[in-house]
Amino acid sequence: MQDEQLQHERLKVFLGYASGVGKSFRMLDEGRRRRARGQDVVIGAIQQDLPAELVHLLETIEVIPLKQIGSGAAMDVEAILRRRPQVCLVDGVAFNNPPGSKNLQRWQDVEELLAAGIIVITSLNLQHIEERREAVERITGKHVKETVPERFLYNADEIVIVDVPPELLLERAGQPSTTAHSPAGTPRRLSALREIALLLAAEVVDRQLEDYLLAHGIEPLWGTQERILVCLSRGANAHAMIASGRRNANRFHGELFTVYIRHDQLSEKDESTLQEQLMEAQQVEAHTATLDGYDPVEALMDFARTHRITQIFVGHPSRVRWWDRFLGGPLDRLIRAAEGIDVRVFPH
Amino acid sequence: MGETSNRVSDFDSETQSLAPSTQNLTMMESTSHKRGRLKVYLGFAAGVGKTYQMLEDAHELVRRGVDVGIGYLEPHGRKATIAQALGLELIPRCKMQYRGAVFEEMNMQAILERHPEVCVVDELPHTNVPGCSHLKRWECVLELLDAGIDVMTTMNIQHLESLNDQVRDMTGVRVRETIPDWVMKQADEVVMVDLTPRALLNRLERGVVYPPEKAQRALQNFFKESTLVALREIALRQTAHEVEIRQVTLPESTTEVTATVAEESSTGGSDFGGLTDRILVYITEHPSTAMLIRRGRRVADYVQADCFAIFVHAELDFNALPTAKREAVERHLNFARNLHIETRVLQGQDIAITLLEFARLHNITQLFMVRPQYSPWEGFIGRNLIHRIVRDAHDMQVTIVAERQPVRRE
Repeated sequence: MQDEQLQHERLKVFLGYASGVGKSFRMLDEGRRRRARGQDVVIGAIQQDLPAELVHLLETIEVIPLKQIGSGAAMDVEAILRRRPQVCLVDGVAFNNPPGSKNLQRWQDVEELLAAGIIVITSLNLQHIEERREAVERITGKHVKETVPERFLYNADEIVIVDVPPELLLERAGQPSTTAHSPAGTPRRLSALREIALLLAAEVVDRQLEDYLLAHGIEPLWGTQERILVCLSRGANAHAMIASGRRNANRFHGELFTVYIRHDQLSEKDESTLQEQLMEAQQVEAHTATLDGYDPVEALMDFARTHRITQIFVGHPSRVRWWDRFLGGPLDRLIRAAEGIDVRVFPH
Repeated sequence: MGETSNRVSDFDSETQSLAPSTQNLTMMESTSHKRGRLKVYLGFAAGVGKTYQMLEDAHELVRRGVDVGIGYLEPHGRKATIAQALGLELIPRCKMQYRGAVFEEMNMQAILERHPEVCVVDELPHTNVPGCSHLKRWECVLELLDAGIDVMTTMNIQHLESLNDQVRDMTGVRVRETIPDWVMKQADEVVMVDLTPRALLNRLERGVVYPPEKAQRALQNFFKESTLVALREIALRQTAHEVEIRQVTLPESTTEVTATVAEESSTGGSDFGGLTDRILVYITEHPSTAMLIRRGRRVADYVQADCFAIFVHAELDFNALPTAKREAVERHLNFARNLHIETRVLQGQDIAITLLEFARLHNITQLFMVRPQYSPWEGFIGRNLIHRIVRDAHDMQVTIVAERQPVRRE
């Protein structure tokens, strides 16, 4: 069982929202526990200024020294490959290698180890993720040069969030022996970073869930995330619906989709209104699509199912003769078809 | 940003006056001393290490000179957890006789007398044995907080009331012991205790979490990998939400930008200009109403809206309703009150008109209704009413809320 499991996993990342949350501790502790269970564990790279209480963990695990390159040092990938451990711990994965190294960055070294079949356990600070750098810099005001692409995280088999309340982090920072780095900022700033990290982890987990469900042929129906679909139509108050969709998606940290269903010829005026609406949707970062379908309800439901939609927003059908057609009208049919999906009807 | 908290407490007191039956749930009596702080360790399944993490933090507090007492600990026979409790003071539990068996519960009197600065209380969703002063452990915890004692506690995401339906859909299990969302809201801190599902499954297989027989049963429902991954995602999102709503209470940062981040998440923005959203949940005897109430509560919490619930009957007297219907409605009204939703019962010949008049009078912006049951023979309940309401409610949003689908068995 153990071996079978080892074959599956390759990369495990401990993700933290700031320095001092205990990522390195968790990484080393995991190394220690795996060693106790009989796995062959080495340390490929570890930060120099390790907090005092972590040093004793180091003593139990073999360290492969860094290689001097010019005035700097890099992880000694060749030495590790020669040593061929089952598991290699790599700290500071966003580290830039000194000029003259084979790879520019340490995360690329890690990919070499992974390719050679070595399990890598690593720790990563949110601020080093390329795609999140801007958001983090807005909060911390600090510019970070060393980054790892987000796909590195998505390719990880396992990601663990190391969550600590900011208060505790600041208290720990007050005790110099506890950690080498002091975290940046006030409780509110740290809290904002913490939120970003939690949501990022949720994204990664969502991706894993989707992969798992697909691989096992299970139709992904569970609303682990709110996914809102705004359905544009002639006469609907598109502006209000898109704004509300955006706000709700934000509040629930969900996704926003906007579709227009083309089912009859549009006048020039309607066509240009529609283009404006789709543009407005794109401006608020909604995924937009135009659907062609003989049956608008069917086209909408097809889209909703494939995109795991949890809520559909539609405009109030207020045209005069509409009530006559209500029984069996499009809204009625939509509510009927939308099994498991909420339908929200908007006023004009 | 004090506005948010004011609104919440106003709303609570309103609920209290309207619903005397739930007074025991809202122990907000003003006390002279400072209220204790509540810290929740949130996990996504048994065995992720909530209790272990909590005890580790308790040790850290003791090292810093804080007076910590364990009010209740449930180590489930896990060796590492038991070892972790060594050196911490255990406040003796009380023994309760019930149906010929002896149960051990948290000893409230002993804790209040001992009055530690911080009390460790494991498993917040626990239901007490009959005969205890409170029905639920979370009620005990509120009493400790009222007495000025800080509390550290643990719970799993599946016990949060507003997620009850979603959890049933994912696991096939209806969780009975739940924590109302407003209790969670009282926590000063929520910490996610994370572990990868695979590591958890390994623990389960190694017998760390449960004894073998129980582990086998656990693997059947909650501990399927896909279920664990989904529960974990929900726990991460919930923690992010808890972190977000608490940002406004944190000390201001110096940068302008951060203030904007927090502001965006805390104020402004309703679908109706500057007004706050006001959600009205339409209560019926329909069994999906409990789900509707949970959803209304959850949406209201997320968009920071006020939430109300209403039942309308055409009969002249509420008591003239058929017994089964009356009982179902009463159950739903009670449930709404327990979630701190203000409820009303109205009489009106035409239900749609009465409902919409009430909604307009109270500036309702969103109406929540249960999706009608469709049968292959078109004979479904509530369809005409829903259609009339959708047609006539041209000045508010109407949300037809669907039961999310039960899980397909793997």
